[in-house]
Amino acid sequence: MPVIDVRELTRTFRSGGGLRRRARREVHAVRGVSFSVDRGELFGLLGPNGAGKTTTIKMLITLLLPTSGQAQVLGYDVVERPREVRQRIGYVFGGDRGLYERLSGLDNLRYFAELYAVPPREQRARIGELLELVGLSGREKERVEGYSRGMRQRLHIARGLLHRPEVLFLDEPSIGIDPVGARELRTTVRDLVDRGTTVLLTTHYMFEADELCDRIAVIADGRIVASGSPAELKQRVSSGGVLEVEVFGVPDGVLGAVQALAGARTVVVEERGQAQVLVVHADPGVELTQAVLGCLDGARVGKVVTREPTLEDAYVELVGSSS
Amino acid sequence: MRMIRLVVVTWWLQLKIRSRSAFDGILGLIWPIFFATTVFLMFRAGTQSAALVSAAVGASVMGVWSATSTAAGSALQSERFQGTLELMVGAPRPFPLLILPITLSMATVGAYSMAATLLWGQFVFGIDIVVRDPLAFLLAVLVTVVAIGVLGFLIAVSSVRYRASWALGNAFEMPVWLICGFLVPLSALPGWVRPISWVLAPTWGMSAIRAAAEGRSAWLDMALCLGLAALYGLIGTLLAGRIVDSARVHATLALT
Repeated sequence: MPVIDVRELTRTFRSGGGLRRRARREVHAVRGVSFSVDRGELFGLLGPNGAGKTTTIKMLITLLLPTSGQAQVLGYDVVERPREVRQRIGYVFGGDRGLYERLSGLDNLRYFAELYAVPPREQRARIGELLELVGLSGREKERVEGYSRGMRQRLHIARGLLHRPEVLFLDEPSIGIDPVGARELRTTVRDLVDRGTTVLLTTHYMFEADELCDRIAVIADGRIVASGSPAELKQRVSSGGVLEVEVFGVPDGVLGAVQALAGARTVVVEERGQAQVLVVHADPGVELTQAVLGCLDGARVGKVVTREPTLEDAYVELVGSSS
Repeated sequence: MRMIRLVVVTWWLQLKIRSRSAFDGILGLIWPIFFATTVFLMFRAGTQSAALVSAAVGASVMGVWSATSTAAGSALQSERFQGTLELMVGAPRPFPLLILPITLSMATVGAYSMAATLLWGQFVFGIDIVVRDPLAFLLAVLVTVVAIGVLGFLIAVSSVRYRASWALGNAFEMPVWLICGFLVPLSALPGWVRPISWVLAPTWGMSAIRAAAEGRSAWLDMALCLGLAALYGLIGTLLAGRIVDSARVHATLALT
């Protein structure tokens, strides 16, 4: 039986303003999403801003009621049995909010240990263990208002784990953290999964999803547009190679000329420092290097690289084709 | 036992949060003294010293009420603003037991204003406040502080559903001064107002404090005050579940 089982979940937000002539507005944030997550799996939910990731998570952690559809976590319906769900899950949202700034990190954990019903006899040891795990030992008596963003995020993780949840929901946990902190966070998440915790993760960072997730669902405009392992997603979307040509000043008309080449699927220009990079996605089995360089005749060309498509390439293509 | 521990620990930590802002601290020190000064200057114009003593006691409870009512309305708005309201609702513990310590901590901070007002009256305005039954007086103060905290809880619960209902506390602040007889005797109010006074626990708390100060029996007033506070607690607890569900439907737990 899946640990998280979501069937045709929808959520519509209705808003209105003004005392007279109340203007009603409806936003369909989630439109019939279905997926399941097995025990011990690290499942990723990827999508652009406003795609419905956070709304989906909030329904699963019982903070929002679905408009329709069903969702169960550990066999408990999130609408009918919210208390049972809350006892067994943990969640961490990215960003600065969700902590008491004027309290120390230790007092924050004490407070949430009470809220999450950690037995009093276990609290001290559990808090010490978690402070060690997230690398905040020695800083726990300082007020949170003096913590860096990375320290806050690590404190969030400790808070989310206080009551040893079987399922952990992480909503963009690495947002705003420096690369070293993000790497440490990934290691912590991977350790949790190795110890049997089921994790549902949303992130904007493709390399993070690629490195961590066993399976991924790409969500766009409230719908799941693709799902599978990172390797499957890369394979499914674009099995052709990607050519990147560094150019110092792309001449007029080159984009159109490259796009017109047989076997060129998409062409974009990215700004990278002083140079521009022409990124060409090719059809499977098509070699475009010479043809593209021919189109750039007369232009100053730098590095030329051919590579396999990344998860980010797949993501951009999936989200782009769904809109 | 674990529920009592939950309330005590969260009350203590909420009190810690409230006591750590220098700005709030200074305001908290000055505010009751302004109330007291205004009331003393108004009542000093009269000649009856008994009225001045009654006003001094009334002004001291005004501070407790003001500290709790205005703060209770905005307390959950600040929880919402700092992203902790969702964490409270998402916790497996009963939600009302997480809100109550917040408003009790406010009432506790407000209790300081009682002492400040009485001392200000004694030393600056020379009002000799004689408490004839100190034990009953202290008990009446404690009961009143708890009752005001629970009434604040009722106000706070409503702001879970409506983001703008933090203003409720401000709206109730001054009417309660009058309706509960903090400044003027209930007999001076229009007849139709009195039933409203009777259903407000601070009315009976105020009456108990005055009775204890004057050496009359305060026990019935205290019992009524506690009984009404218990009723507010029950109503708030029953409402909290429905209000949280409504907030989950209307997505008002977060700022956006």
